[in-house]
Amino acid sequence: MDLRYTPEEIAFRDDLRRFFREKVPAEIRRKVAEGRHLDKEDIVTSQRILNAAGLATPNWPVEWGGKDWSPVQRYLFTEELQRAAVPLPLQFNVFMVGPVIAAFGSEEQKRKFLPATANLDIWWCQGFSEPGAGSDLASLKTRAEKRDGKYVVSGQKAWTTLGQHADWIFCLVRTDREAKKQRGISFLLIDMKSPGITVRPVITIDGAHEVNEVFFDEVEVPAENLVGEENRGWDYAKFLLANERTGIARIGLSKQRLARAKRLAQETEAGGRTLWEDTDFRRRVAEIEVGLKALEITQMRVVANQRHRDADKPDPASSILKIKGSELQQATTELLLEVAGPYALPAPEHDRPEGWNEPAVSPEWADAAAPLYLNYRKVSIYGGSNEIQRNIIAKAFLGL
Amino acid sequence: MDFDLTEEQRLLKESIDRFAADNARDPAAHSAASDLWPQLAELGVLALPFAEEDGGIGGGAVETMIVMEAIGRALITEPYLPTVVLGGGFLRMGGTAEQRAEFIPQVAEGSLKLAFAQLEKGSRYDLHDVSTTARREGGDFVLDGRKGVVLGGDEAGLLVVTARTAGARRDREGITLFLVDGDAPGVSRQGSPSQHGGRVAEIAFDGVRVPAGRVLGEVDGGLSLAERVVDVALAALCADSLGAMEELHRMTVDYLRTRQQFGVSIGSFQALQHRAADMLVAVEQARSMAVYAAMMAEEPDARERRAAIAAAKAQVNRSGRLVGQEAVQLHGGIAVTWEYKAGHFFKRLTANDMLFGDTDHHLRAVMADGGLVHEI
Repeated sequence: MDLRYTPEEIAFRDDLRRFFREKVPAEIRRKVAEGRHLDKEDIVTSQRILNAAGLATPNWPVEWGGKDWSPVQRYLFTEELQRAAVPLPLQFNVFMVGPVIAAFGSEEQKRKFLPATANLDIWWCQGFSEPGAGSDLASLKTRAEKRDGKYVVSGQKAWTTLGQHADWIFCLVRTDREAKKQRGISFLLIDMKSPGITVRPVITIDGAHEVNEVFFDEVEVPAENLVGEENRGWDYAKFLLANERTGIARIGLSKQRLARAKRLAQETEAGGRTLWEDTDFRRRVAEIEVGLKALEITQMRVVANQRHRDADKPDPASSILKIKGSELQQATTELLLEVAGPYALPAPEHDRPEGWNEPAVSPEWADAAAPLYLNYRKVSIYGGSNEIQRNIIAKAFLGL
Repeated sequence: MDFDLTEEQRLLKESIDRFAADNARDPAAHSAASDLWPQLAELGVLALPFAEEDGGIGGGAVETMIVMEAIGRALITEPYLPTVVLGGGFLRMGGTAEQRAEFIPQVAEGSLKLAFAQLEKGSRYDLHDVSTTARREGGDFVLDGRKGVVLGGDEAGLLVVTARTAGARRDREGITLFLVDGDAPGVSRQGSPSQHGGRVAEIAFDGVRVPAGRVLGEVDGGLSLAERVVDVALAALCADSLGAMEELHRMTVDYLRTRQQFGVSIGSFQALQHRAADMLVAVEQARSMAVYAAMMAEEPDARERRAAIAAAKAQVNRSGRLVGQEAVQLHGGIAVTWEYKAGHFFKRLTANDMLFGDTDHHLRAVMADGGLVHEI
């Protein structure tokens, strides 16, 4: 047993650390550090910088621009990226549809989509959830009927994150209404410019336009946009959801937020001294730090044991990482909210619904605290809610 | 980065796990348990942490973790922690060549038990809070004071005692460690069974003469040695609690599968499934920190080591509380009876929680130097 990295791994880490800080614009990283919403250009710029250096899609197969990295290298990449407050490569492209196309798509689909997906020339969004299909995703109703060699899609998708920027959407659609619910689902790639698609913004509680509803009214989709085999979409979706095991806990991000909260507490006056000198506050920091350290080691154990893992054996690791990782992300946003204190109240200039045009009145960092806190309630809901993760642990691992 | 056991460690784990499974304590059985000490000596685990040239096996903190995890899982009550980890830790890290040659072989063969007499009524968990005095008289020291809740204190042949040779009660300087015979004139001991399953003692020192050759480490400078040894013991305690948690969680899940109410197994109820899942999360977080503690236990940088060990104990304490309380709740009434083993694991976890620092104490220690996470 040894926690230390090899000299090669340290050099690898230091190179990344330098690259992220020198090459990704400070202004973009500042927005990430403060937990603000990014513009489309910020995300595109950052991903193209990574892609030009061959760092946008390390998890992909090598022939499509991936890296033959060890689990430790992959872990270090994710950790350093998050600690440097570099925007994560667009997850719909890099962690979701890219690996699915690389694994199950046709050669033509790979050539057409993968390089453009890596470079964010195509912006993807995800069409999985529906108003009636949240945790029970397999009950989805959006249907695709084969007519004259095309699919005709009708239905509604919900919670489509950043769909307002998207060029394409990857969708789970029902192609067989007779089959058992998981069996009649297919994985379709749909051009967002197709006639019959309507995107309606959903403004979230933080005042931001992050998610959308997407309506499909008799949308024609060429048959060659089916990924893999018809009615096997559920398998591809499961592959997609299990794909990124080591990034799910967002430990680097939580560390970066925690370190920032500590620095801001040292600069914040409270009760005639700094907030940092308040023992109650420090105690709360300590509790979060301890949980985060434990989760970091848990994550390192998962990474280190990947080479021994029997893929068919149930492994509770990703559910544990999801539950604890989301709780700790939420705890760090709660801490930042409390550092901001009363100056968390005024709404920031950016995340305001239309019509609010007054200048911001809070210190620059403080007005981002409440929106971030409010927004981050999502992390224990999405990606399989924490309750679904507990079901998975109980059923697949504890045998209950 | 590597979490694999070496071949030797794997073999050690196999043999101690088998031994623990064969000798698991059942506190519900009222007949007196047999003494496992001679068998532990035969297995070689009493010699485990000592250097080969001192008659030991040369194991490190990972080996100790392997043994303590098995001990916790089997609720073994023999004084491995006070004798081998604490007392042994003092001998190997602070003992002179003569002291090591005199005592280590006796510990390794099982003929000498040790204890660390440190805690005092008002000191709670602060190692530097020492009122017991040692004054020089001729070539000797004379000890006066009282120590409490000394693990294995009434059966130990040799005590490691903290006493003040200079300074005021809570000064970090001026503390000296002494090796004192358990039956030396002026030592009186009152033993008591303990909630963790072993025994503890209150020990009074009334004018106890200790020759200068029985000073362990530096006069007036004993605190840093004590802190190093206690950190090693904290890492071992984390492993003991981990073993207890693993077994308690396993028992609880088994019980959920088999216990029938309303015509079905109670494990089919989601309210209980989620609690069992949360217990697993807590066990895995504790496992991570027990491993972390083992890897950091002998870290030479005292600041890094202290923060890491404190964080580990705080996490293991929190996990232990959750796992212990939930195990009792999910079992129902059966778990608060003496007859059923789950309650005894709960007691072990509760006792370990308060040994060498509770959660509050260790959370304060985590933050003493600014915490674990810094901007880079």
